[in-house]
Amino acid sequence: MKRHLISAADLSRADAVLILDTAEELAGLADRPIKKLPTLRGRTVVNLFFEDSTRTRISFEAAAKRLSADVINFSAKGSSVAKGESLKDTALTLEAMGADAVVIRHGASGAAHRLAGWVRGSVVNAGDGTHEHPTQALLDAFTIRRRLHGGGTRGAGLDGVRVTIVGDVLHSRVARSNVLLLSALGAEVTLAAPPTLLPLAVESWPCAVSYDLDGELPKSDAVMMLRVQTERMTAAYFPSVREYSRRYGLDAARVARLPAHAIVMHPGPMNRGVEIAAEVADSPRSTVVEQVANGVTIRMAVLYLLLGGTGFPEAAR
Amino acid sequence: MRATRGPADVAVLDAEEIRRALTRIAHEILERTHGGDGIVLLGIPTRGVPLARRLAARIGDFEGLEVPCGSLDVTMHRDDLRLRPARALGRTELPAAGVDGKTVVLVDDVLYSGRTVRAALDALTDLGRPTAVQLAVLVDRGHRELPIRADYVGKNLPTSQREVVRVMLDEVDGLDAVVIGSGGRRR
Repeated sequence: MKRHLISAADLSRADAVLILDTAEELAGLADRPIKKLPTLRGRTVVNLFFEDSTRTRISFEAAAKRLSADVINFSAKGSSVAKGESLKDTALTLEAMGADAVVIRHGASGAAHRLAGWVRGSVVNAGDGTHEHPTQALLDAFTIRRRLHGGGTRGAGLDGVRVTIVGDVLHSRVARSNVLLLSALGAEVTLAAPPTLLPLAVESWPCAVSYDLDGELPKSDAVMMLRVQTERMTAAYFPSVREYSRRYGLDAARVARLPAHAIVMHPGPMNRGVEIAAEVADSPRSTVVEQVANGVTIRMAVLYLLLGGTGFPEAAR
Repeated sequence: MRATRGPADVAVLDAEEIRRALTRIAHEILERTHGGDGIVLLGIPTRGVPLARRLAARIGDFEGLEVPCGSLDVTMHRDDLRLRPARALGRTELPAAGVDGKTVVLVDDVLYSGRTVRAALDALTDLGRPTAVQLAVLVDRGHRELPIRADYVGKNLPTSQREVVRVMLDEVDGLDAVVIGSGGRRR
């Protein structure tokens, strides 16, 4: 494993399986009376959030605390960033305070990569612009593996699992990380989106592309709905929300076309009634809440593997 | 993960001797716990887990009782984590009834510095409050670095710290044997 987790492409298949296996062992912790391990005692994890986030920040904070690390939360609002401090100066400040790991969420693609050049600790990308969000992809892979293969799945990848990612791929760091990670784990990924919401070089991604969601549904083991990111949209990408919802929204009729075992995923936050109907989001096939719980577990695994030892684990033993 | 015999290895216990040692330990556990009342066997991964299962099966044969058996991974509680890269975790699986109010017998293959057992005691504290904790090991090779001793020992094996004690078990390694070699993995 590398020192930083910036992109899902940093992870080999063996690295990814090691993280999933570690998470599998840590998952039991949530059911125990004492949900805490002493492993990262005395280490400091800084959550550096320049963009709004609820679940990711809380999830990283819970993960670090369950491993007994000290957590410093930083949000751009109300900090010196509001006075115009640069990312580099903020990074140097954190460096001087002795951060062992920096978890960064930033609106600019590549911010995590730049930060990795300035600090000595490990950098974990918690979402940079429209680039990547690797821990989200890991928790999605973990959710798929647990749901489709059950408990005793140590060492397994996602070979032959068909995952359809639907919607606003263009603005989605979740989609990019998922395509890279899921395909590295052996899954067959298909993007289903209107042509205006697909990135330019999508042909070079290790996945298939379709404009026809209804045709893909019967072939899917997992459907991942993406949020329509209106806050990042600078032009009209579709005629109206209603039309988008009609063609690419997941409603009960579309869910009925899925195979019986298929699961419905959403990274949150959801636009109910736009990309996913409320009745689908609340149905037993939806893994939305499970994904949040798995997020804490997978982030514990990542923090443990990056900070738990000296040097970085060789996945193949 | 699978251990193999090197050319310079000296056999200390063969399959038959391991079997007899475990049979004796099973009897001792029954004696010391008044017929195995309220005991839980917890193996420390990797090789403590099959040893705990074997002991549970033996005790079951002798007394006709179902002995709860599980595993206790100590990796996250080790004191030497920072000395090498983060390791893959083993499994912690407790019997459904848990450990509260039970007599927990920790089972491991080799007792050496005592640091693994210290970590196990810490890990156990987070899981519940047993009435008593005991320790069973297949081999005690000495060189303790902490005030810890075993309640049940398969074989006391005086060793030099330069030597390596390797326990091989059928479930993990495909054969039963305990050997002493020189150099290699510190155990």
